[in-house]
Amino acid sequence: MHIHFLDPYQGGDSPVHRTDARVKFILTVAFILTTAIMPIGAWPVYILLFAMIISMVILSAVGVIYVQKRAALAFPFVLAALPLIITTPGLPLVATHVGPWEITVTLAGVERFVSIALKSWISVQAAILMIATTPFPDLMVAMRAVRIPRLLVAIFALMWRYLFVLADEALRLLRARAARSGDSGISDLRRGGSFTWRAQTAGGMAGNLFIRSIDRSDRIYVAMLSRGYDGELRAMPLPEMEGSNWIVLIVGGVLLGMLVVLALLLR
Amino acid sequence: MLLSPEALHIPDGFLSALVSIILWIISIAIVGYALKRVGKDLGERQVPLMGVLAAGIFAGQMLNFAVAGGTSGHLMGAAIATILMGPWAAILIMTSVVSIQALIFQDGGLLVLGANIFNMAIVGVAVAYMVYRTVLWLMGEKKRSILIGGFIAAWLSIEIASLSVAMQLAFSGTSPANLAIPAMAGVHALIGIGEGLITVGALAFLLASRPDLIQRRETRQVGGKVVWLIGLLIVLILVIASPLATTRPDGLEWVATQNGFLSTARAPLYRLIPDYIFPGITNETLATIVAGILGAVIIFGVGLGVAYTRRNRQTSGG
Repeated sequence: MHIHFLDPYQGGDSPVHRTDARVKFILTVAFILTTAIMPIGAWPVYILLFAMIISMVILSAVGVIYVQKRAALAFPFVLAALPLIITTPGLPLVATHVGPWEITVTLAGVERFVSIALKSWISVQAAILMIATTPFPDLMVAMRAVRIPRLLVAIFALMWRYLFVLADEALRLLRARAARSGDSGISDLRRGGSFTWRAQTAGGMAGNLFIRSIDRSDRIYVAMLSRGYDGELRAMPLPEMEGSNWIVLIVGGVLLGMLVVLALLLR
Repeated sequence: MLLSPEALHIPDGFLSALVSIILWIISIAIVGYALKRVGKDLGERQVPLMGVLAAGIFAGQMLNFAVAGGTSGHLMGAAIATILMGPWAAILIMTSVVSIQALIFQDGGLLVLGANIFNMAIVGVAVAYMVYRTVLWLMGEKKRSILIGGFIAAWLSIEIASLSVAMQLAFSGTSPANLAIPAMAGVHALIGIGEGLITVGALAFLLASRPDLIQRRETRQVGGKVVWLIGLLIVLILVIASPLATTRPDGLEWVATQNGFLSTARAPLYRLIPDYIFPGITNETLATIVAGILGAVIIFGVGLGVAYTRRNRQTSGG
């Protein structure tokens, strides 16, 4: 079993796929920033932001359902904002007693909670769309273009390259443990030994994985040296951006700017 | 399986823009310094070693063990990375892990990535380093003290990082301090035990099979005093501020009235821009309906366009 399913890139030949990674990276971050600065309860703007992102998803042909499935993974964090519905002062909607406490759900609280959940949901879709339509090497080019330190980008690139190798190692360790921890079929008897045994085994596996990582990095370093690595990171010059990509960047930027102005006008 | 149980990866939308930007600035400064520092210590080995170890920590986060009632213990890895590689390298490793998780797997947001780097790579590492060095200094560099120091370092790094997350949520106005802080602290006090046990298991394994890895690194933690101090400061600030913010929920409001920071932090950025009233649509309900119609038209148009081009391609292709 290999772990290639980890790679979220969905190949395709849509206009979104063909757009330069730098444009997508910048517009995605700008989109998320625009969403973040929207005030609580700016419903019309949320609708337009959602329309923008879902249109792009349709255009990219990666599948609306695919994007929603991945977006659901980020959803549990919403629990952190749930208490807002009872702690925000405002017009009371429902009041109940739970034990000794009186709990009042307020309109302002619900508005605040729903706004945060919506903004988070809209933002995560933008990030998913970018990563589903951009191969990782192109993303590295985009990161260099926005002046993220080259050294850090090189570390990211190497990490990505060996992520799958080491994740495979982790899967093999997990499989080896499962094979050696008999399942008795009795529900009280957990697979494997006592609690400390299980913790110690997992720790041993982690230690094992680190030794393998460090040893592997030594071999990679030697292989790099033998191919002429001298500590200097050389990269191809950034490719020229085509005219059409500039147009996409400008149109996208103008649209987002218009949304910010609209939100200002609505207040 | 990629979902870690700890609620430390903040998604986009949960921090206000101002809080996100401030934490970005802090993180960029510290990670930038770490890049230089590690470049000096490791030289040209930096890229392969940091890259592969980051991949290793990422893979290590997949390892788990059953605890009880369907829950399981996991690894975040800040403590073990710190103990093995020293604080500056660990900051780089954890930064890479957190960044790739956000970029590729949407485990944490992009705009709030600065905050997530701050919580896991900077707070996690600095706290782990401070605790580990302190325990070794108090108990001597024996096997037992390495294991005890490792456990406390791992546990506290998770606990303090969770307090840091809770404080940021409270400052952003997305989670009330008097509920978020005790909830986060309580849950992560348990999750931290799992982290601690795996870290101890890993250290015991490494001490038995490759003691050179632990001893070798220990001798050359140059510039560690700064990290030790930062770690101590973070622990002190959060340990003192959290109960204050919890027991006196007005505490945060008090800070707000004192210097106006809180209201600025919670306001969407452009609330700073002076008032402006639109002469046309002043009714919000009407605006929502207009936006709804406009949005539906956009989506419908794009959908229609895509369907049309595809049909064209099919008829011309077949």
